[in-house]
Amino acid sequence: MTAQQDIKADSWSVAGRTFTSRLIVGTGKYKSLEENAAAVEASGAEIVTVAVRRVNISDPNQPRLMDFIDPKKVTYLPNTAGCFTADEAIRTLRLAREAGGWNLVKLEVLGEAKTLYPDMRETLRATETLVAEGFEPMVYCVDDPIAAKQLEEAGAVAIMPLGAPIGSGLGIQNRVTIRLIVEGAGVPVLVDAGVGTASDAAEAMELGCDGVLMNTAIAEAKDPVLMARAMKAAVEAGRLAYLAGRMQKRRYADPSSPLAGLI
Amino acid sequence: MSVDQSLGIRVNGEQRRVPGGISIASMLGELGLDPQRVAVERNLEIVPRSTLDDVSVEDGDAYEIVHFVGGG
Repeated sequence: MTAQQDIKADSWSVAGRTFTSRLIVGTGKYKSLEENAAAVEASGAEIVTVAVRRVNISDPNQPRLMDFIDPKKVTYLPNTAGCFTADEAIRTLRLAREAGGWNLVKLEVLGEAKTLYPDMRETLRATETLVAEGFEPMVYCVDDPIAAKQLEEAGAVAIMPLGAPIGSGLGIQNRVTIRLIVEGAGVPVLVDAGVGTASDAAEAMELGCDGVLMNTAIAEAKDPVLMARAMKAAVEAGRLAYLAGRMQKRRYADPSSPLAGLI
Repeated sequence: MSVDQSLGIRVNGEQRRVPGGISIASMLGELGLDPQRVAVERNLEIVPRSTLDDVSVEDGDAYEIVHFVGGG
């Protein structure tokens, strides 16, 4: 089997839906809908996050995301970005379910504007209500193995710990807690937020994550379409490295050429 | 209700007047919106798309009409 076939065979599932790509991309911050669509194409992503916002009733004929990214080809994952309470997030997702007609959603309840850190008390409360209403929430959370377990017990279909603050591009700040979350989880784990460049995405995958979600790292690159390609390659490389099982680290050198037969 | 039988409602925070007796689906049409692409909340309750033709707009109603836009 070639590496390419390996990647194809290596799918993952969330809430009964199976995907080949392990990269989920956001659709915010792009210069244009055309550039956004080209970046999604280059990323190979099968899921994109979208926001739920008021229609512009003064100008209902503005270009629409759905005209550029076809929801029949790419799964739209409605997100609650911008919600600071459980009630706001639940209200937003009820509308999202009506707009899209599906239950798979991404929940994030933010604690404050400066760090955009999740408010875990509100996040857990919203998860419980959404699950009771039949939603299948993928949940943005702190990189805390205990909080992750509590979300899973509440019915989260995927755990999405931050690698670093949203939009910061700082890369994974705590490899240990991400690894602990992966080891303890019975549902997919995806690093959501904090990825800045390709090596950050590869690192998340090498830690055993099922996938990575990013927006700003692609949208704010000088060439977003090229960065989307880079992220696709990085996620695949990191996944393959995880499956291959890395060598043990040594404290000192170990020659690669045989010592026997030296002249 | 005013003398001309029109209704005063709020749509996405803006005051609007619409003709009396119209359905929510007709109101969306007046606003130039495709019911298949939006979700409607009326007085904080979701109006299922399948019932948009059946529910009448009432004086004083507050509507939120949303759709999907780019986001992270």
